[in-house]
Amino acid sequence: MKRRIFGQRLLVGLGWGSAAWATGAAAAAASGATAGPAAATAASTALPVVASFSILGDLVQQVGGDRVQMTQLIGPDSDAHVFQPRPAQARQVGQARLVFSNGLGFEGWMPRLLQSANFRGQHVVLSRGIEPLRNHGHGHGHGHGHGHGHGHGHAHGEHDPHAWQNVAHVRVYVRNIADALCAADAAGCDFYRQRAQAYDAVLAQLDADIRAAWAPIDPGQRRVIVAHDAFAYYGQAYGVRFMAARGVSADSEPTARGIARLVRQIREERIRALFVENVTDPRLIEQIGRETGLRPAGRLYSDALSAPGGAAPTYVEMLRHNTQALTRAVAGV
Amino acid sequence: MAALAWLEPLWAFSFMQRALLGCVLLSLSAAPVGVFLMLRRMSLTGDAMAHAILPGAAVGFLISGLSLGAMTLGGIVAGLVVAVASGLVARSTLLREDTSLAAFYLLSLALGVLIISTYGSQVDLLHVLFGTVLALDDTALGLLLGIALITLLGMRLLYRALVLECLDPDFLRAHSPRWSALAHYGFLVLVVINLVAGFHALGTLMAVAIMVLPAAAARFWVRRIESLLWLAPALALSCCVAGLLLSYHADWPTSPAIVLALGALWLSSMIFGRFGVWRQRLVSTVHLKG
Repeated sequence: MKRRIFGQRLLVGLGWGSAAWATGAAAAAASGATAGPAAATAASTALPVVASFSILGDLVQQVGGDRVQMTQLIGPDSDAHVFQPRPAQARQVGQARLVFSNGLGFEGWMPRLLQSANFRGQHVVLSRGIEPLRNHGHGHGHGHGHGHGHGHGHAHGEHDPHAWQNVAHVRVYVRNIADALCAADAAGCDFYRQRAQAYDAVLAQLDADIRAAWAPIDPGQRRVIVAHDAFAYYGQAYGVRFMAARGVSADSEPTARGIARLVRQIREERIRALFVENVTDPRLIEQIGRETGLRPAGRLYSDALSAPGGAAPTYVEMLRHNTQALTRAVAGV
Repeated sequence: MAALAWLEPLWAFSFMQRALLGCVLLSLSAAPVGVFLMLRRMSLTGDAMAHAILPGAAVGFLISGLSLGAMTLGGIVAGLVVAVASGLVARSTLLREDTSLAAFYLLSLALGVLIISTYGSQVDLLHVLFGTVLALDDTALGLLLGIALITLLGMRLLYRALVLECLDPDFLRAHSPRWSALAHYGFLVLVVINLVAGFHALGTLMAVAIMVLPAAAARFWVRRIESLLWLAPALALSCCVAGLLLSYHADWPTSPAIVLALGALWLSSMIFGRFGVWRQRLVSTVHLKG
């Protein structure tokens, strides 16, 4: 961990130090920071908003449509645990009217970014109003690395931040998004409410479909091994038991005992479902696969969407993809 | 029997067997390199090199994604460029090696940060490259084996020159500039490839620790270079095994457990070793009384 903290500090130092030097890197950064489809058409009148990572970006876009001009800080297939803001992004944050974050310690770097970017708008924490799960993990706090690296790693370990894995929580997120957009852009309020309502119906259908997909599978059989502990909310909502090779953060170092425990569990409980994720190093899972003769059953999307054209370019597609991969692997199809 | 049960996890799981094999290979190659590193007073070089390797790994990552081969190759190339460039500056200008190395590694680090933050996706590059000893796959073990063979062969060929280069570099340079240069650059190459090997197995911090700590601990027990070269790998290996078992039984992260085992050995050697504090104090007081 020491190395990570040190490295982070170095990188962070460079990131912040150069935040004032914005123009040069802007062109390069634009390719990485995905602007929504709205950016080109309605750039002049649209409400400038920033979402911390790709999943929230999709949700905000669903509600805001082309009345918002969206910037995502952390793009597809990228890990929020290790984000470093670029100067151009700091500038975009400074110009935004709204900044959407997940909260629950997921974006430990956010307060500092808002402050240094001189952000004057409204910071909206989307997980407000949900019932967060406590972190159980292996005692590795979320934000282990970046928390310390940024010098404000106090309460990060308390709650599991991955609440979007439960569709019911995302329906709360969507309500929060609509409320915030209405407050910032009263003229478009009807528009936002309408879109939020339509999207809520999609989410309700998604929730029902996930339950239907799991229904035929014996609850005792619903056990899955994943790389990092990002699926507790999914597990709670849909009755699946997830066991993680690393702790709740992709950062924490695995222990020999933890891996041995998983290997025994796979053998004794005849677990068949072993998954890699889009944001974590697959090697540990592959090692467990070799040990137990299991082949990783595919890739789950945990903390980031896939790039457009991938398996999970939107939130709804992400949950459908994960559910299909999980139910197939567990049922042994 | 109880002791045997305590050791049992080492062969009960294949991931532990792989970790053990990785530790053996790394101890055999990195610990002797560490001895020369210590004798040349370059123990901090490892840390500097760790940063120097970053841009090469980043370029490898950008070209072919999470490919171990490309990132390793990139890391080795970047490390070698920095090592050779700083050696060149040290040998031909008035700057000493420590300063030129610091300058080059900072340049290299800055370049790496620039490349990653401009073009990279945010998947944690360092984490992907600098793995854990619990996740050594066949490719990684093959790499460790190859690096160990190259290191042992290189040390065998360069042995006399290396010893002279450590003990009396001016003499060697005056008498045989060719051997002097060969020993100098050859040694830097060995340091870089062993660091990269260590990164794969144990993370950046570990790689440096397994070079420096066994050599430093061995120094408190023996004097002759040959003895150091035998004792350091043996100490490194025993600490790796102890660390692995500690990680298993106490549920501690593996890399810190191994480094702590190495550190504990070093501390106790410093106190209780033949040339440690205790014996030396004891001898000198006895001497005074006599």
